Amino acid sequence: MASRARIVGGRLLQAIPVVIGVVIITFVLTRALPGDPAAYFAGDAADEASIQQVREALGLDKSMPEQFLRYVGDLLRGDLGTSLSTGQSVLDDLARRLPASLELTLTALILSCIVAIPLGVMAATAPGSWKDHLCRVFVTAGVSLPTFFTGILLIYIFYFVLELAPAPLGRLDFIFIEPDPVTGFYLIDSAMARDWETFWGAAKQLVLPACTMALFTLAPIARMTRAAMLAALSSDYIRTARAAGLARRTVLMRYAFRNAMLPVVTTLGMVFSFALGANVLVEKVFAWPGIGSYAVDALVASDYAAVQGFVLTMALLFVALNLLIDLAYAAIDPRIGFDGA
Amino acid sequence: MLEIRDLHVTFETRNGAVDAVRGVDLDLAKGETLGLVGESGSGKSVTAFSILRILDSGGQIASGTLTYDGIDLSQANEAALNDLRGREISMIFQNPRAALNPIRKIGHQIEDVLRRHARATRYDARQKAIAALQEVKIHDAEARYHAYPFELSGGMCQRVVIAIALACQPRLLIADEPTTGLDVTTQKSVMDLVRQLSIARKMSVILITHDLGLAGEYCDQLVVMKDGQLVEQGAPATLTQTPQHSYTRRLVAATPLPGKAIHDLIEDGTPHDTPQISQETGLSVRNLEMTFAGKNGPVHALKGISFDLKWGGALGLVGESGSGKSTASSIIARLLDPTGGEVLFDGASITATPARAFVKDPRRSAIQMVFQDATDSLNPRHSARQAIAEPLKRLTKLGRSDRMARVFELAEKVGLPAPLLDRLPHQLSGGQKARVGIARALALEPKLLILDEPTAALDVSIQARVLNLLADLRESMGLTYLFVSHDLAVVKLLCDEVVVLRQGQIEEAGPAEDVLRSPKADYTKALLRGARWASLMDDVTPVTF
Repeated sequence: MASRARIVGGRLLQAIPVVIGVVIITFVLTRALPGDPAAYFAGDAADEASIQQVREALGLDKSMPEQFLRYVGDLLRGDLGTSLSTGQSVLDDLARRLPASLELTLTALILSCIVAIPLGVMAATAPGSWKDHLCRVFVTAGVSLPTFFTGILLIYIFYFVLELAPAPLGRLDFIFIEPDPVTGFYLIDSAMARDWETFWGAAKQLVLPACTMALFTLAPIARMTRAAMLAALSSDYIRTARAAGLARRTVLMRYAFRNAMLPVVTTLGMVFSFALGANVLVEKVFAWPGIGSYAVDALVASDYAAVQGFVLTMALLFVALNLLIDLAYAAIDPRIGFDGA
Repeated sequence: MLEIRDLHVTFETRNGAVDAVRGVDLDLAKGETLGLVGESGSGKSVTAFSILRILDSGGQIASGTLTYDGIDLSQANEAALNDLRGREISMIFQNPRAALNPIRKIGHQIEDVLRRHARATRYDARQKAIAALQEVKIHDAEARYHAYPFELSGGMCQRVVIAIALACQPRLLIADEPTTGLDVTTQKSVMDLVRQLSIARKMSVILITHDLGLAGEYCDQLVVMKDGQLVEQGAPATLTQTPQHSYTRRLVAATPLPGKAIHDLIEDGTPHDTPQISQETGLSVRNLEMTFAGKNGPVHALKGISFDLKWGGALGLVGESGSGKSTASSIIARLLDPTGGEVLFDGASITATPARAFVKDPRRSAIQMVFQDATDSLNPRHSARQAIAEPLKRLTKLGRSDRMARVFELAEKVGLPAPLLDRLPHQLSGGQKARVGIARALALEPKLLILDEPTAALDVSIQARVLNLLADLRESMGLTYLFVSHDLAVVKLLCDEVVVLRQGQIEEAGPAEDVLRSPKADYTKALLRGARWASLMDDVTPVTF
């Protein structure tokens, strides 16, 4: 186990240059954005003098290296700065909005895996059959329908026509009280508080956006599962297992599926990171207070601190995610892991 | 016990149905070992797979009966078959490392089979799996129980595959090329193990192999297959000494045996002149060392080897996997830089020029290489013509038409028909691809040709042709060969000198005749013993120790 800890430590060390790089690049890129935040925030009626005043207040009159040093200094103190558009500290904003996005994305991914992995396995066991074609139809539909379209379609059917779903207005209907923020995930927080009414309220709000995201992420997962299962099923060790008379279930699950999981886990990691970024359309449609819509608003307003905070958070998340995938890999495959190969 | 009547197997492919097996009849008695011999595409493996009904997708038994113990296997349902598989009839495969689940402990893989056929319960499975490992002579079975296939050598993996196959005491074992991909000494121990176990358990064995010598030594009865049909059948001694069918005759002739000359391998072979070997040293390897940085500390692939090769000579570099023979050939071919020692070519050091810069060295054309896998060493998108022309384009100043003329000339020299020049590698047969590889190496008129197991992936009859081609070329062009191989029989045919390598060190070196007739090192003796065809034929002088 000591070696396992050393791998984790090693991977975290490897992340340090990545994070430093991200800090520099986000700083430079936000400065390269068109538009003058001082003019934007001073308002339409501002004259040259008041814009200059705002600029000084924001520290934008200083030279670039000086601004950068101040930014890094603040970062080291854990201060991500203050968002100009919300007036709150960026750290607080992110702390409130990140769990919303994560809750949505994770639920969507779990849903998607529950459907996509069995679908892929089913298709691989009978290539060319109706099961395979069903899988293909699902996958094609999943990728070809844009999320904002499926989102609106689902709202139309389940909220407007069938009236099964609540109004698509954020994480919780106003009649419920927000649960005490422990993890920031409403489902978990309300369950911990044994507040089942709030739990159901949050769950109902979550179903439609999560389904929308799940439909979108279904395709790559199902497709990779199918391909990996096909490859595993045609390998020599499956023939050995079959020749030994092992039950079909054992061959399929214990021999083929576990080997096929390796590429699937990689895909899962990629899908997760890209779903977190692609969330913004779903968040907009369902008025979900996540970080995707926050980042887009900040970008439009040239809100430097908020944009930098967002990009940095995403970078850290990716680093953590990659670590998680590596660990999952090492857990599944004994061939890798013990010397970081 | 097993009776196959008029078996036909067809495969659905994109280009229509292909008949892989066309009317095979076989009988196997209890306790008998039957050898199914044939070259690739002969249908021998397909026949075996249809017994267990584990044909690849698209393949199916079109007609015929397979009766085992009164049950027609061709009609049996999947559940009944699954009950027989592994319990009554078992199978072991070639490439043992791939035949094991890479991410499951070998002990658990044995348990899976034991539990499936109710030979063990959850409580005694572990103990029985360890016993099964002990039975295939795996030392320290208790510790090995927890090993994964990648932690074991190829021979060990094959023992594990055998342990899985024999765990439930089957009465019939089908061995599909069980020694392919294993070292010579390992091959022998694996086959001896199979024989011992089959005798101890009175088990019948079907041995599928391309190696007539191997089948002859271990089988009671031989069946020769070609193009999905039986060609000839009989006891090993009769079959190999008085083959009736012309194909069997060709196959017997092509099998390299001690005492045979290289032209004996093919029907229309003409004897070669005694090679003209100059007194001048062409290649001189001085105290060559190579150390790789490994995961668990440095790996010493070569620990200081030295040998000389005269112009016009042919030296065989023999060794098993891990002996360093490939590392040595890569260094001499200047694809790799040694960590110590030097290589002199025509009296001047070639290792002084780094491998990366050697392509610009004027001596690049003089040292050329023929690679092991004819398929993998050709660009799949280049036609044979492009492959042969490539070195001419890169290293000579020949114009386009001169280049094409040279390609034709080379193709003729290696016996590659001109119409084949425009084909891509996948449209060529194994032997034709080998010829393309040789023509490419000859394009620059090298003085030294490094041959890295050029026939290892070829069928024996093709190997016989390629070996004769190499001998012809040596005679007509006065080439010097460095022949890297694990196969002593082939080395003996082609080389005048032998260097036996083991774990990066020279075990024994000297004239091929002497080393193979009266080896001094124990390791060379073990290698020769592994080359088991010695006892097969009486009219051939056996290798004496």
